Amino acid sequence: MIRFARFLIASARLVLSGGTGYRAWLVFLVALIAWGGYSYAGQLSHGLIVTNMRDQVSWAFYIGNFTFLVGVAAAAVMLVIPAYIYEWGPIKEIVILGEILAISAIVMCLLFVTVDVGHPERVWHLFPVVGRLNFPSSLLAWDFFVLNAYLGLNAVIVFHLLYSAYCRRDYNHALITPLVLLSIPAAISIHTVTAFLYNGLAARPFWNSAILAPRFIASAFCSGPAILVILFQILRRTTKFKIRDEAIWKIAELMAYAMFLNLFLFGAEIFKEYYSHTEHLLYTQYLYSGIEGHKALVPYAWLAVLCSIIAFVILLIPATRRHPITLNLGCVLIYAGVYIEKGMALVMPGFTPDTLGEIYEYVPTITEVSIGAGIFSVGFLIFTLLTKLAVAIVQGEFHAPGVPAPAEEPAAAA
Amino acid sequence: MNTGTENLNSSPNASEEVDRRDFMAASMGVLAALSLTGCTKDEVEAFLQKNFRELDPEEVKSALARLEADYSERFGKKVTVEATPSRERVLFGYGLDLSRCVGCRRCVYACVKENNQSRDPQVHWIRVLQMDKEEGISFEKAEQYYDPATVPAEGKFYMPVQCQQCREPACVKTCPVGATWQEPDGIVVVDYNWCIGCRCCMAACPYGARHFNWSDPNLPAEEMNPDTHYLGNRPRPKGVVEKCTFCIQRVRKGRYPACVEICPVGARKFGNLLDEKSEIRAVMREKRVFVLKGELNTQPKFYYFYGL
Repeated sequence: MIRFARFLIASARLVLSGGTGYRAWLVFLVALIAWGGYSYAGQLSHGLIVTNMRDQVSWAFYIGNFTFLVGVAAAAVMLVIPAYIYEWGPIKEIVILGEILAISAIVMCLLFVTVDVGHPERVWHLFPVVGRLNFPSSLLAWDFFVLNAYLGLNAVIVFHLLYSAYCRRDYNHALITPLVLLSIPAAISIHTVTAFLYNGLAARPFWNSAILAPRFIASAFCSGPAILVILFQILRRTTKFKIRDEAIWKIAELMAYAMFLNLFLFGAEIFKEYYSHTEHLLYTQYLYSGIEGHKALVPYAWLAVLCSIIAFVILLIPATRRHPITLNLGCVLIYAGVYIEKGMALVMPGFTPDTLGEIYEYVPTITEVSIGAGIFSVGFLIFTLLTKLAVAIVQGEFHAPGVPAPAEEPAAAA
Repeated sequence: MNTGTENLNSSPNASEEVDRRDFMAASMGVLAALSLTGCTKDEVEAFLQKNFRELDPEEVKSALARLEADYSERFGKKVTVEATPSRERVLFGYGLDLSRCVGCRRCVYACVKENNQSRDPQVHWIRVLQMDKEEGISFEKAEQYYDPATVPAEGKFYMPVQCQQCREPACVKTCPVGATWQEPDGIVVVDYNWCIGCRCCMAACPYGARHFNWSDPNLPAEEMNPDTHYLGNRPRPKGVVEKCTFCIQRVRKGRYPACVEICPVGARKFGNLLDEKSEIRAVMREKRVFVLKGELNTQPKFYYFYGL
């Protein structure tokens, strides 16, 4: 216990110290969090009227970001599968970062849902025994369950691996191996359940399509790794963390396959909508060509398609996939494309026009954007601090005092 | 269907009693902790109140008393909050005669007045759609914000839409906390003290019947209707969803909903679907009725028909 308390104190000291650039980054994040927190205080006192959501478009920016981030969290699995099942060396060292990303993303997801609800203080209504969780019929009840389970799972894995490495002892295989294996279906399930949240609503034809969940999974397998590929390169430069080129190229190759699947499913949906040309085409039309002069989403929708196609080509061709400039360009394009596709472009057309045919064109307010920026900063902050800790521990720079270094690097265990 | 009214009449079994005692003990602790935050005792009690369907008769009584005291003080008049239960062998149904409706929107404002909706921003439980006679029923081409000097406008007809009181309500299915449910008499209600404001029900409703309190409802004291029902027209806080309840505070006492009463052309019919002699059953027998978006299998108890 004393050792664990010491671990926590020493960790806190470690993650808060660093070079000027590191500290400036932390200050920047804290400033954004403060901005978001200030806006949220205003939203709490005035109500959600400070957003541009209304009865017609009753979910928007917050829920769009939530959906996107569930995908990012789910994508951690993409690195876990090859590392643990196929024992693929180069990726194994960096899986822990994928799991830290999952933790950060899930925290952001939960925060985005929290800021979206009218009565966050009533969250206990969802708890077993004291509350009244409408399980199994409500998909949000399922989502609440799987997101928290996934967060718990990844938190246990990450902290156990790090603490074991800190104490310079091997991690508990009997505990970690089953948990890691469980995290694979859990990752798939969080994104599937989130897709079902929309998918099950027959009132909204835009979402009521059987390939919605597969599309969610495919796009998540693009966006999550895209963030990681960029982060790995930053870490390689700024720390002594060794991440081999071949690991990065492998991830990029997997992203190309995922993007192919994503584009194929997108094409299948587009064909069905435009060829059958029923009145349900309206929502897709709102997205890609606008209706009755309402075109707010049109440029973004096309930008997303363009980003995805260019990124696919870049990552498909080995030469561009391996060149650092084009590789990073591809990652940024994928990230941008999926952010639009799984955020605004998923949520808004579902509501536009609304169930009685009214068109209310939604654009987020500054309050919404600032709260969103604050939540992203919380996520980045968690990711930064945990990564700083993980890198130090895995590198063997940070360990329990008085414990002799083992013959084998604890990094291999992680 | 599990309802608060059932709990009112049945005594809880032993295990529920233990649960309740545990819960009470736990809530006393939380109560003490919350008092430290500077909230009043009433606020803390309201915060800890269970789902309406799980309250025992005593708890219902104290919840109603607390609300009555709060509203009476806030609006400066005697406000009653009742929880009149549904009656045996009653299933409410509604009929709307599209050939009679002239689109005057008197129902909209009678509803607002009766049910204490917010005046600013305006919350309307009834939305009247103006449609082209040449197009027929088409939501896509409908106009809600029509404003001619006189109605009905040339070549137009009108379709009022409110909660369709579905037998298979999509909203109830999606609510993560069971804050909305269908009562034995078929009315879909919301417990405003339990709703977390996630708006899943709004995304699920095919009829745009659910409305969110985006800000604190603005309800002038002199216009406030003091005869209220816990599951109906009592004043709502911000951040919760509300909807048409067929005027639960009226119909459970044998009165008509306010929209039926006000309609100047008699386009609105209401009654007990289980009573063959009721008005609504007569409409179903004599006319040909249809429901909105029948393909979604929501099975509304709100029937449209052409009476002329």
